[in-house]
Amino acid sequence: MKYLSQIGIILAISFIGEVLNKFIPLPIPASIYGMILLFVALVTGVIKLSAVKETGKFLIDIMPLLFIPATVGLIESWTTMQEFLIAIIVISLVSTVTVAAASGRATQYIINRKTKNKK
Amino acid sequence: MKDFIGESQFFGIILSIAAYGVGIIAKRKLKLFIFNPLLIAITLTIIILLASGIEYSEYNNSAKYLSYLLTPATICLAIPLYEQYKLLKSNFAAIIVGIASGVFTSLTTIFIMALLFKLGHFEYVTLLPKSITTAIGIDLSRELQGYVAITVAAIMITGLFGNIAGEVICKLCGIKHPIARGIAIGTSAHVMGTAKALQMGQIEGAMSSLSIAVAGCMTVAGAILYSTFI
Repeated sequence: MKYLSQIGIILAISFIGEVLNKFIPLPIPASIYGMILLFVALVTGVIKLSAVKETGKFLIDIMPLLFIPATVGLIESWTTMQEFLIAIIVISLVSTVTVAAASGRATQYIINRKTKNKK
Repeated sequence: MKDFIGESQFFGIILSIAAYGVGIIAKRKLKLFIFNPLLIAITLTIIILLASGIEYSEYNNSAKYLSYLLTPATICLAIPLYEQYKLLKSNFAAIIVGIASGVFTSLTTIFIMALLFKLGHFEYVTLLPKSITTAIGIDLSRELQGYVAITVAAIMITGLFGNIAGEVICKLCGIKHPIARGIAIGTSAHVMGTAKALQMGQIEGAMSSLSIAVAGCMTVAGAILYSTFI
């Protein structure tokens, strides 16, 4: 029964996320509403960690697998993409590096400065 | 036989799992970062579909159930985040500033590169959501009147690249702190990067999960402004 109730809770939160996505006119998907809801519920103790833990960890564990169908689906949009494929690839790769560098360095800089100040 | 596969409710899932299994074994045997399980699985699946003449829609007949699980799985990212709640609270400023810097850099890089490639308005806005999670990216692209299918492609390329190279990029840029590594990967490569960050460590995984939601929301606000630039 443990797994059944865990699946039930997670799907119920998904459903609430879906409802919020439908009625709030912002381009924020059900999954993000759901993630915020579950986080708030865990912090406030409305949902205990043990009530979602095993199923949650399982879903996170298989996550890479879940991207395969959508990514394989790129073969469907191949013709529309071809036109500016090089631009897409170059921009995607370059910006991934710049964004990772900027956000990582900025975070690290502030953390280091804070720990230095404490000393 | 081929007709049967086209109607099967299991074939696509088995193919995906088997391809991912091959990817994991290959990664274990050949310890190079380019042998990324996800990349191998996707390449293998595409090759098998093209070689056998099975249509994507036939494959997706059952594989769509894997995509279905993506929303509940993303919601569950709240779990590692909750487990690192103390760390989040004590480093709140660093985390928010870090993600904001990433979002600003993302939009600015895309703007500059769009100028270099002489992209038109619609191509430019199509790429603006490329660093955020697919679900937000699709809606944002639609909102900005971009080509949604291409936005998805750019998001996938970005995520896959972040998943493969995220760890190496951090190393090359001297990003060593686990919180900073998680923020870097989550902000630049959304959920697909996070899948990798979770393997790098608990803190990396939790911070990367957080970045998806925060960077996604910040990008929505930022992209609406940036969309007026070209």
